[in-house]
Amino acid sequence: MKGYSFLSLAKNALSGHKNWPQTWRSPELKKHYDVIIIGAGGHGLATAYYLAKKHGIRNVAVLEKGYLGGGNSGRNTQVIRSNYFWPESAAFFEHSLKLYEGLSQALNFNIMLSQRGILTLAHSHHELEGMRRWANAIKINNIDSEILSPSEITDLEPRLNIESRFPVLGGFIQRRGGVSRHDAVVWAYARAASALGVDIIQQCEVTGFDAARQKVNVVHTSQGDISADKVSIAVAGHTSVVAKMAGIRVPISSVALQAMVSEPLKPCLNSQIFSPTIHVYAGQSDRGEIVIGGGADGYTSYAQRGGLALLEENMAAFCELYPSLSRLKLMRQWAGVVDLTPDTTPILGKTPLDNLYISGGWGTGGYKAIPAGGDTMAYTIANDKPHPLISGFGLDRFESGKLIDEGAASGVAH
Amino acid sequence: MLQIKCPHCGVRDEVEYTFGGESHVVRPGPSIDDAGWSNYLFNKTNPKGVHFERWCHSFGCGQWFNMARDTVTHEILQVYEMSESRPVLGKEAST
Repeated sequence: MKGYSFLSLAKNALSGHKNWPQTWRSPELKKHYDVIIIGAGGHGLATAYYLAKKHGIRNVAVLEKGYLGGGNSGRNTQVIRSNYFWPESAAFFEHSLKLYEGLSQALNFNIMLSQRGILTLAHSHHELEGMRRWANAIKINNIDSEILSPSEITDLEPRLNIESRFPVLGGFIQRRGGVSRHDAVVWAYARAASALGVDIIQQCEVTGFDAARQKVNVVHTSQGDISADKVSIAVAGHTSVVAKMAGIRVPISSVALQAMVSEPLKPCLNSQIFSPTIHVYAGQSDRGEIVIGGGADGYTSYAQRGGLALLEENMAAFCELYPSLSRLKLMRQWAGVVDLTPDTTPILGKTPLDNLYISGGWGTGGYKAIPAGGDTMAYTIANDKPHPLISGFGLDRFESGKLIDEGAASGVAH
Repeated sequence: MLQIKCPHCGVRDEVEYTFGGESHVVRPGPSIDDAGWSNYLFNKTNPKGVHFERWCHSFGCGQWFNMARDTVTHEILQVYEMSESRPVLGKEAST
């Protein structure tokens, strides 16, 4: 892989930017791979990269039905944070945040990480009490977290209307939280994985499996049948659909989660704000657009579009918090199909089939987990046992009852 | 916005209703093992295509009813009573 540097930029500028090499290869599909990963989003590509980089397994294919990063990897609101309540989630998402902090250097690709802080608002005394408990739990897990008073919040976000219908009585901030560029993360992993020998096959849909004796033997694809020693599923909203091909039922509901951006403004918001109570979150992208999101639509859906009823709710909450931005026009609105689990903790690890692995149930929070999800799944696939960080995230927790109920502990802003 | 025809009140907007998840899930008997109980409690069919599901007209008559809906197109194929068994539809999947 030719590194990107000031020197390479200067050299290519002199030749009119006509000689940049391809960012990743587009190879032919082979008949057999050591590992097949289904889904070339952030998680699939990161898994392939860490398999090649840390475990020396390079005969790997990443199969993608559409185009690379065209699913939820390109539809999220780019938020990165590790302010979770339970120790299992905290350890995992903090590992992810730390990998993100060094990712631009590790992959030689600028992911435009901006640690501007994640500010969560409390609108009642009870909520503020709950938030103190939450923020202290985060600190006990050795992660930065700080309770802010209303005046400290106003200093940080002067535009925020703290005397709104549900007044802002305080909040807490994780200053290391922030955003990064989602396309760059996907491209960076794709480029690094491809350079290590991973085959990324786009426009290749998995249509079924031949499974016998507790093993997946053949993977049927739209480009022909292939075989693999190990197969891993990383398909986000379509986890139920692909798992069903292998005869596995999963505790997942797919719903549409929407987001939207406004026309661009000069810099006016400093941090990412979350309001679990009136259910909206917002921040300003580096391009100046205000990026707004909220809750998921209330019924199962595989349509990549959100309902107008919920959009109206999101916008009402946003306008109440930022009245000075209420006359902005929205430029775009879209949705991704997210795979919710009953406890809103992801499902990672082994499946009832010996050589089939799963990385799913990311729900509304998969983007922030990409580096750790890839790292721990690569370990799990290479060693055929769960990485210590994800040992509690297996499918078996629904049978043992050992759920990690992050949905109840740290609320809807997931 | 979905427009749902409540069997008692007629056509109303989606915001008057609450989604109640998959319908026709049968509670197993007391002799069920952990795997079977977990399957009943947590696992979902979650189909890409026709979904048989429960809805409640929360801000109307408050009654529960069943509905067959396509999860890709959101087309409502049939509304039927809670007591009725799953209907056989000509169209079972859009993909």
